[in-house]
Amino acid sequence: MPYIADEVDVIVVGAGHAGCEAALATARLGHSTILFAINLDSVAMMACNPSIGGTSKGHLVRELDALGGEMGKNIDKTYLQIKMLNTSKGPAVHSLRAQADKKRYSEEMTKIVTNTPNLKLKQGEVVQILSENSKVTGVRTATDSIYKAKCIILATGTYLKSICITGDYTVNSGPCGLQSANYLTDSLIDLGIEIYRFKTGTPCRIDKNTIDFSKIDMHPGDEKVIPFSFENYGKVISREQLPCHLTYTNANTHKVILDNLNRSPLYNGSIAGVGPRYCPSIETKLVRFQDKERHQIFLEPEGENSNEIYVQGMSSSLPEDVQIDMLRTVSGLENCEVTRIGYAIEYDCINPTQLKLSLELKNVEGLFTAGQINGSSGYEEAAAQGIIAGINAAMKIENKDPLILDRSDAYIGVLIDDLVTKGTEEPYRMMTSRAEYRLLLRQDNADMRLLEKGHDVGLIPEDRYQRFLHKKQVIAQEVDRLETTHVGTKPEIQDFLKANNSVELVSGITLSSLIRRPELTYEMLALIDKERPDLTEDIVDQINIFFKYEGYVQKQKEQVDHFKKLERKLLSIEIDYSKIPSLRTEAIQKLNEIKPTSVGQASRISGVSPADISVLLIYLEQVKRMAKQ
Amino acid sequence: MENSLTVAAISTPVGSGGISIIRISGENAFTIIKKIFVPKHTKDISEAKSHTIHFGIIADEGKTIDEVLVSVMKKPNTYTKEDIVEINCHGGIIPTQRVLDAVLKYGADLAEPGEFTKRAFLNGRLDLSQAESVIDLITAKTDLSRQSAVNQLEGSLSHKISALKNSVADLLSHIEVNIDYPEYDIEQLSIDTIETTVIQINTEIKSLLTTSDTGKIIREGISTAIVGKPNVGKSSLLNALIGEQRAIVTDIPGTTRDLIEEYVNLHGIPLKLVDTAGIRETEDVVEKIGVDLSRRAIDSAELILFILDNSSPISDEDISILERIKDKKHIIILNKSDLPEAIDFSILGDSINNVPIIKLSITQNTGLDDLEKTIKKIFMSGEIDVNNEVILTNVRHKNALNKAEESLSNVLTSIKLLHTQELLAIDLQNAYRYLGEITGESVSEDIIHSIFSRFCLGK
Repeated sequence: MPYIADEVDVIVVGAGHAGCEAALATARLGHSTILFAINLDSVAMMACNPSIGGTSKGHLVRELDALGGEMGKNIDKTYLQIKMLNTSKGPAVHSLRAQADKKRYSEEMTKIVTNTPNLKLKQGEVVQILSENSKVTGVRTATDSIYKAKCIILATGTYLKSICITGDYTVNSGPCGLQSANYLTDSLIDLGIEIYRFKTGTPCRIDKNTIDFSKIDMHPGDEKVIPFSFENYGKVISREQLPCHLTYTNANTHKVILDNLNRSPLYNGSIAGVGPRYCPSIETKLVRFQDKERHQIFLEPEGENSNEIYVQGMSSSLPEDVQIDMLRTVSGLENCEVTRIGYAIEYDCINPTQLKLSLELKNVEGLFTAGQINGSSGYEEAAAQGIIAGINAAMKIENKDPLILDRSDAYIGVLIDDLVTKGTEEPYRMMTSRAEYRLLLRQDNADMRLLEKGHDVGLIPEDRYQRFLHKKQVIAQEVDRLETTHVGTKPEIQDFLKANNSVELVSGITLSSLIRRPELTYEMLALIDKERPDLTEDIVDQINIFFKYEGYVQKQKEQVDHFKKLERKLLSIEIDYSKIPSLRTEAIQKLNEIKPTSVGQASRISGVSPADISVLLIYLEQVKRMAKQ
Repeated sequence: MENSLTVAAISTPVGSGGISIIRISGENAFTIIKKIFVPKHTKDISEAKSHTIHFGIIADEGKTIDEVLVSVMKKPNTYTKEDIVEINCHGGIIPTQRVLDAVLKYGADLAEPGEFTKRAFLNGRLDLSQAESVIDLITAKTDLSRQSAVNQLEGSLSHKISALKNSVADLLSHIEVNIDYPEYDIEQLSIDTIETTVIQINTEIKSLLTTSDTGKIIREGISTAIVGKPNVGKSSLLNALIGEQRAIVTDIPGTTRDLIEEYVNLHGIPLKLVDTAGIRETEDVVEKIGVDLSRRAIDSAELILFILDNSSPISDEDISILERIKDKKHIIILNKSDLPEAIDFSILGDSINNVPIIKLSITQNTGLDDLEKTIKKIFMSGEIDVNNEVILTNVRHKNALNKAEESLSNVLTSIKLLHTQELLAIDLQNAYRYLGEITGESVSEDIIHSIFSRFCLGK
């Protein structure tokens, strides 16, 4: 017998990386929230690689932090190793990546979630979305309890009707042997939602004590630890780090795999889901890149108190015996013991073009989705969507406008716009090359770009906001000072320039002009700039970047201005495009499907041509003038 | 204002009048004209009074392009409610195109079809009732021009540009994979490789640009049909004009059964030559197809070269062909002028008054110069209607090539300034986009696709 168990503002289904951020956001914004997990021991679990960040993903974590999210703080507490990637390249593509203590990451996040006011964490399987007139009213769990709510956020990860596959062994299970959710998909279909089936996979884990580390290269973390969270700048978060190791496959490994290809579910037809291009299994890599003599294998620790090592690069769904055989051909792994076998996992997700940019379903009011259910992959991509879905559920309840980040605001904006406007045919991974305004969307300035927005929404506490305003002011003052402070042709200046292989002055010049020279930096100028204030490192970075990339940044800002023009031309979701004369049939179909909110968004839909955009502009002008009459 | 970009286009039909007008609209209209116009009397064109006209020359880097009249009209009392400059230049295809090239070079974008009218409407110049017709104008013209822009790319040129585009894509995807997968064992692309490749690509673009003036870039030229009864020398004329043996030349009447199209450039005038099968009533099925094609070729031609045999009398066949082409611009060619003259024009009566007649002998290689001069004269005087789209396509392609070249030069400058690769990627991306505009492919997902197909990545 169903019974009414509780009534709250928001229900979040799934307590992974998306679900935790979503629930924390709604609860922190003052809305009573229940967060359901299928198993309470799996909160913020890292089902695959034990790491956070990396190229573009590190950017997402920084952005999340600037909006008031938790992921950055949590990894700062639980990292095993931190590295800034791409330091040989410019600041726009510097990316922070951490190895995480998997268990501690989950524990720390559980601690935060369970100690947040307005937030209840519960174990249970949600089997049905309850709704009236296409508006959600609550959920029903497997035990027939009814929870009423104004908004529901689905963050089901890879659990919907999931199947794990290793060779011919197939099991109806979620990741890591956790129970799958087998009923919710049908409820979504009943609501008229289109379902996709995607596939991903994970490599096996092996026992640290069975690896011969003497044979393989060690990769330690950075000596100087830079935190993910802007809140931790200036604080000491360094601790003893654990190294990663690197080894390689070889001809023997390849022989084992290729000899057993007929036993691979990927190649004998038993896997139907669409796998991602960017993380193929080792068997796919061998088939597609036959000339490559060896493939890298990174050995990543899973935790301080764990002996398990994640074997990155060997994701596979080959039968267990083949996986073990292939691992044991690898240098250093000759005697390795497998603790968990690798598998492929298939799961249901939704076609994300059914979403608004706020991550609410277009045809089901109050229903939001975030993370892998939207066709993305990755913890960071999930968490980023989670906070946006959480914020927007809260905004909806408060009758406020949703928070929409656009492509020039943040990687989060690029991620959501790509999913919602273009859709995806494989699990979507963030990449820096997807961002048009990469020079503006840096990880170092995520707070400059987004903290104000986080504060407006209500997730950034006042004291943090004041510190941010102060930082902004200090930067502006110092930029101004450098632009107006002149140095002359005094011998000490010329000597300094000579010593640094920089052209000597013929007349006076500003300090800022010197910083613009490729061979000089703000730090180096300390010798000839005695009056300078004492600044923290993050501020020094901002100043260097400001002057060194001014030209490019200016160019990108102009492009952004141009881009914004069409973004500001709003389209109502009510428009029936078949009623607009002269749009081409394909455009009508796509526009009616996506229901873009601006002409800019419309212009990014495949199948909408520049002529269609002109037609839309004229149509808008027509509507505007008719309204005036 | 709705649009910040300044746009320009040829706003008169090209080739069909003594004068062409190039219109520039937008906030930089005066800045642009100032850079290319040398007025005879006016001091500073950008300071001139609104709605006045000025005599002078259009010049680029000191080289005179054409003598022109320039009208300046300041906003808001103009067609688009934006600043407008109109350049009245000589009506031939070449001066018109060169003037437009210069305008684009100094900062205008090529207007989309119907763009001026669209702006007029969006800026409140046209009233609401005209909205539908504005939309119709834009959609009708745009579909046509996109289609023709791509169609008009000559096969070999299209291959060349695709190849250049692929080289840029290879560089870009390599740079991007180094950025997005820094720890993978993928070779780091060296700055030297980037520099060498960019220089190479740019050299090829430059060489394409130098030939673009003589029209190689245009696929369509003036559609010119060579007609005449069988074995009168049509294929020989075609071969003589293109300077090589392409059409099969035999003594057997009816050898040419398919239409043969060739593109030639006569002193800067692009011609699309169509060699037709001889027109006559025929029972041969294969030849009949050829004859039908010929009739269609005549109907779509803009200029007809009608060949008669100087050494034989005018036949009924000749008269029926002349009947067919009489409403088209045509030139009569008397071939075999080296043989004794047996032709008598009197039976044709008045129908050939005002028709230029050229005597030549293809086998002796005489008279071809006269033919070329006559074609040029007809063309320059604007007696032939040329499809505007053809010219615009050429300008559009050239403009895109110019911008690609400029972007690649920026890459080279950035390399000198020791800029890192993610900065070089910005200009490479621009170059890639401009090249993509020519081949008509969308480029957004290309690079990511190229990354995954070229490099082995995975967990």
